[in-house]
Amino acid sequence: MTDKMDSIFDIAPYSMARAEKVAFLQSSMSELTQFHYDRCSEYKAMIDALFGGCDFSTNLDELPYLPVGVFKHHRLKSIPDDEVFKYMRSSGTSGQRPSEIVLDKKTANLQTKGLTKTLNGVLGGQRLPMLVVDSEDALGANANFSARGAAIRGFSMFGRRPVFALDHDLKPDLLRIKSFFDQHKDKAVFVFGFTFLIWTSLCETLAELDIQIDMSNAILLHGGGWKKLVNKAVSPAAFKERLKQQFNISRIHDYYGMVEQTGSIYVECDAGHLHCSVFNDVLIKDVISLENKNFGEEGLIQTLSIFPYSYPGHSILTEDLGMLLGEDDCPCGRKGKYFRVLGRLAEAEIRGCSDTL
Amino acid sequence: MSENNEKYQKCFMEAFPVQKQDLEGLKYQDIPEWDSIGHMNLVAALEDEFGIEMEIDDITDISDFRKGKEVLSRYEISI
Repeated sequence: MTDKMDSIFDIAPYSMARAEKVAFLQSSMSELTQFHYDRCSEYKAMIDALFGGCDFSTNLDELPYLPVGVFKHHRLKSIPDDEVFKYMRSSGTSGQRPSEIVLDKKTANLQTKGLTKTLNGVLGGQRLPMLVVDSEDALGANANFSARGAAIRGFSMFGRRPVFALDHDLKPDLLRIKSFFDQHKDKAVFVFGFTFLIWTSLCETLAELDIQIDMSNAILLHGGGWKKLVNKAVSPAAFKERLKQQFNISRIHDYYGMVEQTGSIYVECDAGHLHCSVFNDVLIKDVISLENKNFGEEGLIQTLSIFPYSYPGHSILTEDLGMLLGEDDCPCGRKGKYFRVLGRLAEAEIRGCSDTL
Repeated sequence: MSENNEKYQKCFMEAFPVQKQDLEGLKYQDIPEWDSIGHMNLVAALEDEFGIEMEIDDITDISDFRKGKEVLSRYEISI
């Protein structure tokens, strides 16, 4: 298992076409399902209740999954207590409990390496000067291992001496931002932040202040979802257009990821599509019947990741709606499936698991 | 003790609350301070001290005190 996991990082993350990917993923997933089924009694109970037991050789379409909400109610783990290295928590949208994810060193290490390999394609494998569109407080003791803090920690490896663009009140620190772009005028820089903070604290606030800053050398990576921007009726296209007009940024990449599968992210290519890599995959399920949907059909996003060993999170049914757009044939040249996220299932709390324990 | 070795030890002691005698067996994530942010502080200290810019793959390779020496040798720094 360990040897296989080491060699996975020698494979270019977007190089595997369908036949090879299916075979690889099928063996990884059945191994992980069995691993967790044997080691996590709550997982076994839920899989037995939801799927009537488990056939480990099953194909990917039939792969058992846990609804993402389970991690809000149960601290699931497949390792002995003395191997627990740390816990990660999601920020939890209002009125919801945060998820809690148990990590051991092995899983944490796989997450870091996976993230590195995935992002090398966007950032060119170089560490660029980094501007974090957030406050340093996101890393503070209380914020420890929150989703924002975890993302900043994870992505800071790709930067050189991260500079925080926002103050304690999440207002732009103009002096810092200006001096950052003055200092690195002629070379590429890496700008990272949560989508809604980039919109509210950069786009909106700097426009109100009538401040012009040329950020044309920036490669901007943003994530965390669009739900906080829904009230403002900001679409992904409008977001990109605004960044282009206001700051002259044209290299913009959204990413889709979640604390329940840290390190396994889906990055937007130049054609505007979110891509699966060799480390992960996406299936779409019907909202009512939970049957698999075809390309071009809307449904719930199921995410697979080959990294989770310390907790049974390798196959998760999210509460996000999405649509598969294609496979192996994106104009950007990457192999694998590509998809779009369409938003969140309204008031979603997918039920079924907690009651069975 | 070589000058480089002393510099190398100093970087660790700057980045983490550790003493010289703790260094030899020290591994990434052994102490709370050597987490992913602490790791980047260590990398910043090494880059400043030795005047290098490290690649991402090399950064993730520094898994413990000893391994770091091997990684630095890729930048023609012998400890």
